[in-house]
Amino acid sequence: MHPIASGAMSPYHAGVFSLAVYTILVMLFIASQLFLAAWLGEKKKTEEKSRPYECGMIPSGSARFRYPVPFYKVAIFFLIFDVEGAFILTWAVVYRLMGVAGFIQMSFFIVLLLAGLFYIWKQGGLDWKEV
Amino acid sequence: MLNMLLWIAGFIILLVKLMIILGVLLFFAGYLVWVERKFLARLQIRYGPNRAGPYGLLQPLADIVKMLVKEDTVPDGADRAFFLIAPAVVAATAILMFSVVPFGKDLTLWGQKVPLVVTDLNIGLLFVFAMSSLGVYGVALGGWASNSKYGLLGGIRGAAQMISYELPLGLSLVPIVMMAHSFSMVKIVAAQQKYPFILFQPLAFMIFAISSMAESKRIPFDLPEAENELVAGYHTEYSGMRFGLFFLGEYVHIMVFGAIMSVLFLGGWRGPFLPPVVWLLIKILAVALFMIWVRGTLPRLRYDQLMALGWKVLIPLALINILATGAVGLMIN
Repeated sequence: MHPIASGAMSPYHAGVFSLAVYTILVMLFIASQLFLAAWLGEKKKTEEKSRPYECGMIPSGSARFRYPVPFYKVAIFFLIFDVEGAFILTWAVVYRLMGVAGFIQMSFFIVLLLAGLFYIWKQGGLDWKEV
Repeated sequence: MLNMLLWIAGFIILLVKLMIILGVLLFFAGYLVWVERKFLARLQIRYGPNRAGPYGLLQPLADIVKMLVKEDTVPDGADRAFFLIAPAVVAATAILMFSVVPFGKDLTLWGQKVPLVVTDLNIGLLFVFAMSSLGVYGVALGGWASNSKYGLLGGIRGAAQMISYELPLGLSLVPIVMMAHSFSMVKIVAAQQKYPFILFQPLAFMIFAISSMAESKRIPFDLPEAENELVAGYHTEYSGMRFGLFFLGEYVHIMVFGAIMSVLFLGGWRGPFLPPVVWLLIKILAVALFMIWVRGTLPRLRYDQLMALGWKVLIPLALINILATGAVGLMIN
């Protein structure tokens, strides 16, 4: 095979180079849409038009209010469970190589994970109400 | 010199291939809007769009023209940079997700192999998760930056919903990875040579279908944009092509999840008689029609019901499914 036509920069392989070209094409497409919109679009700025829409009311107070607590809790639980999900996924690829021993270790981990989930559940962490 | 020419020829082939992929994807996403409006209309015993062209077939084109010439407003007090970039994030991540979907065997063109997939990453499935997580930024930042209370409510609802359903989405695919021994989408299709994985993993398929509907914020999970309480949720303040990009992102998302569902559970491009690409499109369209049908049938969930379904039902089920698959897989060996 020829040196340039193979390897990482080869256009004949479905590798990272291909992904990079695709990414650039996607960016160009989106940029072209936004450029066309900016070029062809109407431009008449009025005070009424640029006011945030609140069903005809004049907005009062800041729109950046504090988040209700349950959303924050969900984000924290997500962080924990997502990291553990990444751990399970790495085991999934090689689970046959790791055999029964690996499976028992992983079962212990997953059961622990489930126990954690049930603990959160029992403590009311998954209930959606004002605190 | 010869090397250089060969590289340039290959690069031209690559460009043409990628442009065709992008064009077909965007074309189908555009016409999915038409299909949805028409099919939903028939479900509700009305006609749907029927003025632009025969059967309203030119409706997507008319919509594009309308969105291009509309004013692109930025509300007072908005965080300009984030406001302008958020729709592009949503659209770009959705389109990029399609890059790992294979749609046929390698093609041979003038003695050179042309793989029918944009990129065969060995971590293809993880790439999909990564892009899907990045999409959350578009929703959350778009809602936050628009300085609107509806927008912010929609944005935080969207972020919480998407991260919650990403867990069952990821965990439901662990059994697929276990059966295919790989994250690569090409290898997962190859592993389904005899039987599609849906026969072995009906539970994983159901969890994945429900979570992917929640990830693309479709009814019954469309709380981030619930129109009768939040106007339009996170994209309330968007107009013109920026709204169009949110819209495009949503429909490309449906296409992509249809494609991923076909690749992981329905055998990908495999099928008798018809060419592989046609089979993949048929499967994607079947999934999309199912999602539209669901939209025409079910009411919207309440937020606590949504969270309860994700955390108390789907995640435990997905974890138990992993254990069961592991036990059965080792027993067969």
